Amino acid sequence: MTDDLQRHQYDVIVIGAGGAGLRAAIEARELGMRTAIISKSLFGKAHTVMAEGGIAASMGNANARDNWQVHFRDTMRGGKFLNNPRMAELHAKEAADRVWELETYGALFDRTKDGTISQRNFGGHEYPRLAHVGDRTGLELIRTLQQKIVSMQQEDLRDHGDYEAMIRVFAECAVTDLLLDGKRIAGAFGYFREAGDFVLFEAPAVVLATGGIGKSFKVTSNSWEYTGDGHALAMRAGASLLNMEFVQFHPTGMVWPPSVKGILVTESVRGDGGVLRNSEGKRFMFDYIPDVFKKQYAESEEEGDRWYTDPENNKRPPELLPRDEVARAINSEVKAERGSPHGGVFLDVSTRLPAEEIKRRLPSMWHQFKELADVDITKEPMEVGPTCHYVMGGVEVDPDSTAASVPGLFAAGEVAGGMHGSNRLGGNSLSDLLVFGRRAGAGAAQYVDSLGGRRPAVQASDIEDVMGFALQPFDTDVGENPYEIHQELQQAMQDLVGIIRRPEEIEDALARLEKFRERATKVKVVGRRPFNPGWHLALDLRNMVIVSECVAKSALVREESRGGHTRDDFPAMDAEWRKVNLVCSHAPGSVEVDVTRQPVPTIRPDLIALFDRTELAKYLTDEEMSALPEGDLT
Amino acid sequence: MSYDAQFRVWRGDADGGELQDFSVEVNEGEVVLDIIHRLQATQAGDLAVRWNCKAGKCGSCSAEINGRPRLLCMTRMSTFTEADTITVTPLRTFPVIRDLVTDVSFNYVKAREIPAFAPPKGVAAGDYRMEQIDVERSQEFRKCIECFLCQNVCHVVRDHEDNKDSFAGPRYLMRIAELDMHPLDEMDRRKQAQDEHGLGYCNITKCCTEVCPEHIKITDNALIPMKERVVDRKFDPLVWLGAKIRRREDA
Repeated sequence: MTDDLQRHQYDVIVIGAGGAGLRAAIEARELGMRTAIISKSLFGKAHTVMAEGGIAASMGNANARDNWQVHFRDTMRGGKFLNNPRMAELHAKEAADRVWELETYGALFDRTKDGTISQRNFGGHEYPRLAHVGDRTGLELIRTLQQKIVSMQQEDLRDHGDYEAMIRVFAECAVTDLLLDGKRIAGAFGYFREAGDFVLFEAPAVVLATGGIGKSFKVTSNSWEYTGDGHALAMRAGASLLNMEFVQFHPTGMVWPPSVKGILVTESVRGDGGVLRNSEGKRFMFDYIPDVFKKQYAESEEEGDRWYTDPENNKRPPELLPRDEVARAINSEVKAERGSPHGGVFLDVSTRLPAEEIKRRLPSMWHQFKELADVDITKEPMEVGPTCHYVMGGVEVDPDSTAASVPGLFAAGEVAGGMHGSNRLGGNSLSDLLVFGRRAGAGAAQYVDSLGGRRPAVQASDIEDVMGFALQPFDTDVGENPYEIHQELQQAMQDLVGIIRRPEEIEDALARLEKFRERATKVKVVGRRPFNPGWHLALDLRNMVIVSECVAKSALVREESRGGHTRDDFPAMDAEWRKVNLVCSHAPGSVEVDVTRQPVPTIRPDLIALFDRTELAKYLTDEEMSALPEGDLT
Repeated sequence: MSYDAQFRVWRGDADGGELQDFSVEVNEGEVVLDIIHRLQATQAGDLAVRWNCKAGKCGSCSAEINGRPRLLCMTRMSTFTEADTITVTPLRTFPVIRDLVTDVSFNYVKAREIPAFAPPKGVAAGDYRMEQIDVERSQEFRKCIECFLCQNVCHVVRDHEDNKDSFAGPRYLMRIAELDMHPLDEMDRRKQAQDEHGLGYCNITKCCTEVCPEHIKITDNALIPMKERVVDRKFDPLVWLGAKIRRREDA
């Protein structure tokens, strides 16, 4: 059965070819590892290209007062203090170096008048902090990393006579299973989309960089690839997932026409002056500033407007609150029947900036609305509403090395958990990819070095098992259409575990998920193995069911509202719950998801001292507050 | 608002294939990719098509619609009448893998042959200084989403398989121009553009510019200026003299 199997041996394999995966591969290769990059799509098409606004890094080019401490504070506030503090610290400290490094690879960011990298405003960031290229920053990031890898391959051609001597990209290749030797990683098994052939990668270290889970929801900004593969691979290999209940609904997705519903409208529209209005023409965000943010946001339109030109003496407009706040506010306005004709609200930049300026700063938004919705954003407002965008939850990792609990397994980027707490700030994703992508490559290299020659071995029987599973959808005469199950799953998650969650609905979702899990094992696909999207979806379904179950189960346990998790029956944030991480895992041999509670790592005294006492009191319990040292914390 | 449209979709593989007729529902605001997806979900579960972002940002869903190279996700159904039959075929310049999916590895081979960015020696990361006006020229080319429509339409290779070895195509000639115009790149790229990557084959018919979904002025802003720089070099008396002196080494 395994005769036609391609086999490859590497030191490190990186699953996923977005920002985190490519940065991890660059690092591993620089540290001397023979490295393979496994990409579900063509090289350079990763979901990272969808990131529009920018990369958050406290370079201080736009405001010299910015530094890593301010960035750390903003990140913790955005995540409502549930972030892994060490990850937030490393991220804030290293982001600037990772951006500057991109320039040495050939990236061309927009510039300030001094010739340094321009930085723009974004929700939740105290100072203009996002390095950007118009509104196509993600494309610049992916192309730059792609071209850096090509440049390394050119060096390898020169030094070893082979472009692929040290680093090779396996495009349109999907991994279905990780293979273990005992509890340690021994390799990965998958198939090439093109021919449908199977492939085995033998490697002691695997970096997961597979991105998110958005395809489990109906309205999403995510592409077909976002089926939670890395999350599910990690679970099945025995690792655990952290805080899966936190799913970010980006406040501004397109709502019309139906075929583009969910496609992202960048936050830069608001960062550059765009405002949100309801059907009565009111800038409703002023009514939705929560207590924890009252000190940082303007109370009147006049003050908010003055902030764009004079940020030193004015507070920022509430359109720039963190994404969870804005998404909930839009949801409430629509529910109160003050929405736009197609069930969103209005996002207007046309009355705020001259047409030419809009086209210069937001070229792809102008283009996107013109071509897909027949809307000229320089003349009329856009209609926008929340869209499933990002999962804060992910593989539980060691902050410094990104190692998961399974030896040899590493995770970086969206698939990893902890960094963003309960809600990610815009711009912190691209920087996360670079900072932890690099750390994952280094962590994996160090692990491989530590093994010496004693490498884990793949078991032949495991290969037979995973291959049998992959071929199952062809072996059955009767079975369901995978597209139908997928659509039902998306609808269920959207309706029952969406922005606002109710316990009875989550339970309903869990009951359905149990059936989806069963049904997903009995799908039938038509056609043969070469480039068969029905088959690919059938194999992805299993992953989507696992991650959906993690989201729903965790959402049922967490009885509070925080960041990307809003419970209708527990609408407030609860300081006791801030101390709790929810951790999902499979019991050995079981396909069911167990959720356990685990303490959130404590914030080091020198990091706690970056906040003032009154702010901490909004997040911490009385007990935690009384344990703080007396007097001024700083 | 909904109607049934007539679609003809090429189905087959490297061994051959044919146009298949479908009658399929179309709703308001949809694009051609939506219709292809509906065919997959309801009538042809194994219909092969590449796509990712569905927003014109990744350049995956390139195909030919009624003979015109286009992105499936950016072609709105409202640009056709209800009576039109819409024919969708794979990119013609690249070998078919299955249905609408072609083997675009030609492009990745060419990408690897273009020498990478040559960073300025002695300038540390963080010390790069460039003016906006100077980066804008290359930035225009970096908008490229690598949909390969320009590579597909370019007549130098579209019907001339034999030219593929010596011609990088508009996308990669533009990449050379992008690096050449990068304010801090240290390599002179004129000779390789002409001698190794076939800039001379381009006779500026602008087909590439016409199909570019990012509206990059490939011919006017990248290829023509690059040609002019090559000519400048050729007719520069110092370069001419240098070439004369070094001729023996070059040969």
